[in-house]
Amino acid sequence: MTPLTPPPIDYAAVAPLLIVLGAACVSVLVEAFLPRHQRWPAQVALSVVAIVVAGVTLGVYAGDAPAQGVITLGSTMAVDMPTLFLWGTLLVLGFGSLLLIADRSVEPGGAFVASALERASAGAAPGSTTGPSGVDPEHVDRSYGAPGDAPTMQTEVFPFTLFALGGMMAFVAANDLLTMFVALEVLSLPLYLMCGLARRRRLLSQEAAVKYFLLGAFASAFFLYGVALLYGYAGSVRLSAIAEAAVGTDRSDALLFGGLALLIVGLLFKGSVGPFHTWTPDVYQGAPTPATAFMAACTKVAAFGAIARVLYVAFGSTRWEWRGVLWAVAIASMVIGAVLGLTQTDLKRMIAYSSIAHAGFLLLGTMAITQAGTSGTLFYLLAYGFTTIAVFGIISLVRTADGEATHLSQWAGLAKRSPLLAGVMTFLLLALAGIPLTSGFTAKFAVFSAALSDGMAPLVVVALVASAIAAFFYLRVVVLMYFSETPADGPTVSVPGAFTTVAITLGVVVTLLLGVAPTLVLDWAGAGGFTG
Amino acid sequence: MLDPYLALLFMALLAGAFALFSVTAAPYIGPRRYNRAKLDSYECGIEPSPKPVVGTGRMPVAYYLTAMLFILFDIELVFLYPYAVAADSLGLFGLVAVTVYIATIGFVYFYEWRRGGLEWD
Repeated sequence: MTPLTPPPIDYAAVAPLLIVLGAACVSVLVEAFLPRHQRWPAQVALSVVAIVVAGVTLGVYAGDAPAQGVITLGSTMAVDMPTLFLWGTLLVLGFGSLLLIADRSVEPGGAFVASALERASAGAAPGSTTGPSGVDPEHVDRSYGAPGDAPTMQTEVFPFTLFALGGMMAFVAANDLLTMFVALEVLSLPLYLMCGLARRRRLLSQEAAVKYFLLGAFASAFFLYGVALLYGYAGSVRLSAIAEAAVGTDRSDALLFGGLALLIVGLLFKGSVGPFHTWTPDVYQGAPTPATAFMAACTKVAAFGAIARVLYVAFGSTRWEWRGVLWAVAIASMVIGAVLGLTQTDLKRMIAYSSIAHAGFLLLGTMAITQAGTSGTLFYLLAYGFTTIAVFGIISLVRTADGEATHLSQWAGLAKRSPLLAGVMTFLLLALAGIPLTSGFTAKFAVFSAALSDGMAPLVVVALVASAIAAFFYLRVVVLMYFSETPADGPTVSVPGAFTTVAITLGVVVTLLLGVAPTLVLDWAGAGGFTG
Repeated sequence: MLDPYLALLFMALLAGAFALFSVTAAPYIGPRRYNRAKLDSYECGIEPSPKPVVGTGRMPVAYYLTAMLFILFDIELVFLYPYAVAADSLGLFGLVAVTVYIATIGFVYFYEWRRGGLEWD
């Protein structure tokens, strides 16, 4: 037999991805072999080191990366400028989320459920007389472990985070649809599990996980069906091959656009866009807040990175055919997010609807098949991610004895109790609303101007109106915090530990910096286009 | 022209004949020693009727772990077969790739083993 020539692999280009996925594997081994009390420190150290090392490797590579990018791993991965920017975005946002996830000071033991053995020893499961204190009827569903022990959490959440992050990085770099599908599953499956791990309000959390899983599996099936149709059309799953097949051919367009429609439904679902958003409020509300932060920031980046790549590389030449449909989707998303956001009484649900509106704005940028559209989208993702992580960090601090106080009425008069927290939250909400001097304004400006110059003026008008409507519900929270009477049994504001403090500070500082001095990052985002 | 397919046709005929022969011959030449377990729908696992005996009609979670373990090795083998056939031509690159593959599957196995997934109770 003729020996096979191994496909050339540019290890330097894909090193950040390999480091994150490799660390995820090691972290599974840590779970398997370390004794329970050593797992948390080991996992935190491993995850932080992995993300930092991956970030440094990425920085070193990006310093002298070829401007037109490289296609490697047997043409399944395209490491071009948008990929490098998105990888950087995912790593820094993943780092921020990881700090929130690892925090054990705000909620004793962390926001994630204690390990099964500890719950059993505290009397959560039948037949647990082996526990140090025996069955304590007072604490039958106690989730903190045995009384007297330091509470700890299920440390599996760290390998989940790393695998999800690795999947997201592969997702935005995927140069063919099958790789994209595998990456989609790698990022989705850990997320489904993370949703169900909340220490408090277990039922709500598990319901969120099941809803997300069922709808997510459905969306994956849509995606796969789309891949099948596109393969039928182009005879290849490579993005550039689909683009080539679509040019100057007399083949039936039904397969091409049917395939695109199904494919994009799967992707829009992950980005929680428009009419495919129904899971978002329930899952954002039910999932443990650090996991929600991770999902809201990083999944959005991954989904829109992939949408932008698919639309730009595979369907750029046929954009006049499909753009009308996506106009409708973008309008639906912006209107649903802004209008339904008005009626929400739960803060986490409100942020979920806000993320649906933002997804509509982001779609404007991805529809503009121009350099400005791509760079605007990339910048928007970075800015929105940091603001969101900080917002969820703040939400996790306002607590009653039952856990987080997410009902809007509980936030009334919060400025009197904690002026600092109210001030930071106000700033972040203004950023989400897109007020100048925050990153929200620069990001919206970049995306809207790109859409405007690519002939989408009516859509930009809708977007501006939606922004104005959405600003109302952000400002309502601000008014509530500053100008309402404090209820007698209102929530308390926890003093955050080092991890949460760093995560929130990082989010606030970046939100401010990108608002006042966005040039450097805008330059990075615009350094080069997609390679097919 | 059809020569290569002729062998395939014989193969299919042979397989069909064997299946038919086994099913018809078994009642005549096989020994018949019935017991309770033989008459169940499945010879192993929990009894499907009248209702599962364990707990309040719930499936023991250990079945799920066993199923996961099965899938683990099932998938591993499915991918090892093609490698085994083409191992020569794949050379060192293939060997490294398949080692990495087995190692990653091994991590999962270690995890399940250390977490007590192999103990029934």
